[in-house]
Amino acid sequence: MIIPLLKGLKVTLRYFFSKPITVQYPEEKIPPAPRWRGIQYFEKDERGKTKCVACGLCMIVCPSQCIYIETAEDEEGKRYPLTYELDAGRCIFCGFCEEACPVKAIFMGKNYEWVEGDRKGYIMTTEKLLEEKKVNP
Amino acid sequence: MELFYLLIEIIVKCVVVFAGLMIVVAYLTWLERKVLGHIQVRYGPNRCGPFGLLQPFSDAVKAFFKEDLVPGKADKAVFVMAPMISIIAAISIFAVIPFGNQFTIPGTNWVVKLRIADVDVALLYIFGVASLGEFGIILGGWSSGNKYGLTGSLRAAAQMISYEVALGIAVIGVLILSQSLRLTEIVRLQGGGFWNWNIWYQPVAFVLYLICGLAEINRTPFDMPEAEAELACGFNIEYSSMKFALFFMAEYAHMVTMGAVAVTLFMGGWQPIIPQLGFIPGVVWFCGKLFVFLFFFIWQRGTFPRLRYDQIMKLGWKILIPLALINLVITGLVVSLKG
Repeated sequence: MIIPLLKGLKVTLRYFFSKPITVQYPEEKIPPAPRWRGIQYFEKDERGKTKCVACGLCMIVCPSQCIYIETAEDEEGKRYPLTYELDAGRCIFCGFCEEACPVKAIFMGKNYEWVEGDRKGYIMTTEKLLEEKKVNP
Repeated sequence: MELFYLLIEIIVKCVVVFAGLMIVVAYLTWLERKVLGHIQVRYGPNRCGPFGLLQPFSDAVKAFFKEDLVPGKADKAVFVMAPMISIIAAISIFAVIPFGNQFTIPGTNWVVKLRIADVDVALLYIFGVASLGEFGIILGGWSSGNKYGLTGSLRAAAQMISYEVALGIAVIGVLILSQSLRLTEIVRLQGGGFWNWNIWYQPVAFVLYLICGLAEINRTPFDMPEAEAELACGFNIEYSSMKFALFFMAEYAHMVTMGAVAVTLFMGGWQPIIPQLGFIPGVVWFCGKLFVFLFFFIWQRGTFPRLRYDQIMKLGWKILIPLALINLVITGLVVSLKG
């Protein structure tokens, strides 16, 4: 009756002297998985602008309807998004926009840390999406 | 003049012991969380100061600023009094514990004995006051007007009755050996090396004391009065703010006293392990041995699951009390045969 109790004490003492496995989050981070779908970013073209041609496929495929696009044409007759709004507060990070994109302009990033005080802050414009590219090498 | 100096000495000793005990209690909560954390392969508190050393103060400040709530159905006077009874009982035990031998203040011939009071019935006093602490728990649970609180305090009462008996009988073995209730006398008889400690003469009593002591201070695996899973915190369910903190401190202070009494009765008190190490002050030895016990109390909490209520009763009445009685009879026989 006593021996199993002592065995238990031995086990806990062994674990007491082992190194904790805790990942101390803000200082240490586990890198996200290769297929991780985080916050989206825009790929740039050679002129440093978005590759997006405002075809609207991502808007159609998006199940949570969080993408809104207004199309325009520049002086060369090339289509570009006049407004591109992605409401990250509604986004479910399914990655359909990335799959649907014919010109490989939008990608799912690795970033998962984003806190805002109100919902308006979560609306990503073209600039914000291009900005997000910096944290996704 | 002599009397005046004596008064000053007693007051200083009281203040030092009280402050020391409070610091130990504060850091015992830190130690417990740290040790339990490492047993569970995590860090424990490490955000507040280096190694989380400021955690007790942050907890105290937090408890202080919480809302102090008295339930409408509560018996207010008793409700307020219960935590006080608990903490007073836990602290007063330290009045008779001898921490060290004695020393002379340099430049005078004034001898300071390192104990607050040298009572000739110290052991009786300890058991009397220790069980007084349970009244705090019982009254606290009963007066809050909550069914979980009441259940917790009823369990506390039942547990106290069943384990106090075995605890008392186990300690009588030590009494037979030392022929004295005076703690200083018990410590003196254990002097001259660790082979003279009572733990070798009374191993069964020592184990019984540890088990019953754990039940007495309501620690895991005997924390029936506050079984979180079934009683939602038990006797202290309605307590908040500093009243809860007082119960909490009382529990840890009680744990320290249980350890201190164990050191005094079984491990030679402030006596060094071998006489050659006598140059190290007795207080250091006392604190070192106390630390071993406190670590064990925490360690076993991280190891053993809580016993079921009927198992606790069964263990108390059917195993521990008969064992204690057998130990008592054998000790008495051996002592009387030896002369």
